[in-house]
Amino acid sequence: MTMLTGAAVTGGANGPAAVNRNGGKRKKRWFAEVGWRHLVGLLGVLFSLFPLVFVVSAALNPLGTLSSTELVPTGGVSLENFGNLFARTEFAHWFLNSLLIAGGAAFASVFLSALAAYAFSRMRFQGRRVGLLSLLLIQMFPQFLAIVAIFLIFGTITDLWPAIGFNTPWGLLLLYLGGALGVNTWLMKGFFDTLPRELDESATMDGASHAQVFFRIMLPLVAPILAVTGLLAFINTINEFLMASVFLTDTDAKTLAVGMRGMLQGGERNTNFGIFAAGTLLTAIPTVLVFQFLQRYIVSGLTSGAVKG
Amino acid sequence: MSTPLSSPGSAQQAPGRGPVRTGSPRTSRTARNHAPITAAGLAAKVILLGLVAGIAIWAAFPLVEAEKWVGLAVLMLTTAALFYLYLGRRHVPAKYLIPGTLFLIAFQVVPVLYTASTAFTNFGDGHRGSKDDAIVAIQSSSVKQVPGSTQYPLSVATKGDPATGALVFLITKPGTDTVSVGDAGGLRPLDPGAATVGPGGKVTAADGYTVLNFGQASARSKDITDLVVPTAGGALRSSGLSRAYEGKAVRAYDAGCDCVKDSDSGKTWTADGEVGAFVAADGERLAQGWKVNVGLSNFTRVLTDERISGPFLGTLIWNFAFAIGSTGGTFILGMLIALALHSPRMRGTNLYRMLLILPYAMPSFAMLLVWRDMFNTDFGLINNLFGLSVDWFGQDWSARAAVILVQLWLGYPYMFLVATGALQAIPRELTEATSVDGASRWQSFRAVTLPLLLVALSPLLISSFAFNFNNFNAIYLTTEGAPFPADNPSNGATDLLITYTYRLAFGGQAAQFGFAAAISLFIFAIVAVVSAVSFRRTRQQEEVYA
Repeated sequence: MTMLTGAAVTGGANGPAAVNRNGGKRKKRWFAEVGWRHLVGLLGVLFSLFPLVFVVSAALNPLGTLSSTELVPTGGVSLENFGNLFARTEFAHWFLNSLLIAGGAAFASVFLSALAAYAFSRMRFQGRRVGLLSLLLIQMFPQFLAIVAIFLIFGTITDLWPAIGFNTPWGLLLLYLGGALGVNTWLMKGFFDTLPRELDESATMDGASHAQVFFRIMLPLVAPILAVTGLLAFINTINEFLMASVFLTDTDAKTLAVGMRGMLQGGERNTNFGIFAAGTLLTAIPTVLVFQFLQRYIVSGLTSGAVKG
Repeated sequence: MSTPLSSPGSAQQAPGRGPVRTGSPRTSRTARNHAPITAAGLAAKVILLGLVAGIAIWAAFPLVEAEKWVGLAVLMLTTAALFYLYLGRRHVPAKYLIPGTLFLIAFQVVPVLYTASTAFTNFGDGHRGSKDDAIVAIQSSSVKQVPGSTQYPLSVATKGDPATGALVFLITKPGTDTVSVGDAGGLRPLDPGAATVGPGGKVTAADGYTVLNFGQASARSKDITDLVVPTAGGALRSSGLSRAYEGKAVRAYDAGCDCVKDSDSGKTWTADGEVGAFVAADGERLAQGWKVNVGLSNFTRVLTDERISGPFLGTLIWNFAFAIGSTGGTFILGMLIALALHSPRMRGTNLYRMLLILPYAMPSFAMLLVWRDMFNTDFGLINNLFGLSVDWFGQDWSARAAVILVQLWLGYPYMFLVATGALQAIPRELTEATSVDGASRWQSFRAVTLPLLLVALSPLLISSFAFNFNNFNAIYLTTEGAPFPADNPSNGATDLLITYTYRLAFGGQAAQFGFAAAISLFIFAIVAVVSAVSFRRTRQQEEVYA
């Protein structure tokens, strides 16, 4: 385990001094100051990792069943499950659909809510307070509570414009955009509020239009936070199951969440676990990569928004 | 994209947001000092408005074809309003608000209002359409084959996927080549030449339709048997997969007595406008009813119907326990680890952090399913590791503990991340000052760190509570609400209100959309009140500490 090296290094740095004089007391102090922190960290890491280790083990399990999967693979490893995943299911289609829908929804929803947040943060107009409060209220009514109505509305849309109806990524994308403003506007407004007003005021004095202030000054300054919000929107959309399952019934049109749940339905539950685990790992690759890449911004960005409320 | 989709209602509301005045001196200055128009800005404007116009024209044709004049009017008004807004120089805030607002209205506000209106009706299976629809359905479902019924060669076809698409009948008039297409809406002739008729009179291909082959048709034989095509003299039904007959309706509606009469048995069912169904003297109801306004009865049912109110209260309490347990548990665990790793002497924190947030980065729908299988009684990892054979999802409390544990795993990395960030934002001088003053580590945590953390994170805690209160995936992808009491298969021990609602609307038994909508409104009221109260308290807190 890589983890242990971190602790060992720290221990080593303290080691020589501790041996020289009064070793026991030193060690006790080291534990009270630093050691327990590593212990808590290690326990947390163990808790975080053990289901993931199980998934990796299941994905590499040559038998591919749930019943034969141990925490640590003992019956050899193979990549068979990954091959079967592409051969027996439409995984590649689902993956592309999910990337398209989640990517599109994340980008568009961040942009739409940045526009609205700019207006709410920098302009004073009639209805501003009402607008902000009603966004808060609408946000509390999750879109999927209205799923019956959405289903009926999109039934009509499918008749009129099949290109944006059921079983198309566009219909689902439009639906997700309906929830965009409610979720992110408040957060973004908080970020915009932290930027000093003098910046855009001086730009206005220099002759910049409101659009130039927005695109040239505000957006670049909040870019890291935009990335974080976009990432969160991306993850939420990839994980959205309920509406996608109502919308997408054709095998080719499904997203990962809908398609992969189908793998574990009914009698296939035990036998398909290996390829399901393989699919889970492949699904995780884009998010984990982006996550690690943006980690710096996530910590600072998320909380600066949070602190400002 | 938004313009073509704005449903009725948006036209009035969307421009309604337009006439906002720039009130304060700050923005009116912006409005007065108009910057010169740049080439790039102009080009963007032209391209975007051109796109809007293109989409509007594209969307208009099907509306004209379907003669949906109200929809067309809404579309044209919305497009015109967009042009007016973006070509003019006034209404600057609206320019930024309208794009998102259009989507919000079309896909959130309208569905929510629609849902709210269904909460006062009996809308659901057996009460879907108007009274006329119900009469047509009653008459055509009572169609029987009588001697002398006309027989037609039948082909079954669909416009969509052969396995799932809506079915139509393609029939040929005996002795001719006239092909008609029929669905639940009725029978209409197909253009001559649009269909190819085989030697037996059976249609083998038709423009725009996929004709089902024998295997595909037999896989959907139930749908084919259930399809009834109303005709002038009765209705058309299938007999087998390749023949259809036109039969006579046994039951007929009599407008004089507002009742349905059965000509075989002579029984009559009288229309009851209160419940939206035809009811016989002995209390028997016909299955096909219609949608009526039932006032508040969906809401009072929750309180007065004993079969519903008892389990409902239990679900409500568990729903709160789940939301508080998930939010509180993840916050405490995340904060503890964040506190542990937050020390200048601590090394390797980046590595810890990278590994700790992995659960957050994993796709949660998949990990929920993995956890479900880790709790599997026979092959699950948990039972294997500890040598147990516990049926985790079989008993109330173990199932509840299991779903909270799963939420803890999924949610604590997020709390860890935000708590880390908030800790970094607390000036070190504050905690140093307390230790100079002789406070213990615990005292300094209680008096300085925790209050500041709570101020910083309470908005996130509130939204986390609201999210978990309606965490559909957490239950639906793990226990699906199980375990269920033996006498009540619609309300299980781990059911949240939202999964209960979903089961009412889309579960195996007859759909009760109206009742489900009433519970949706109930959920909304609870979450709104809780959030409003806590936001108010948060603001007071901020005033105290900040």
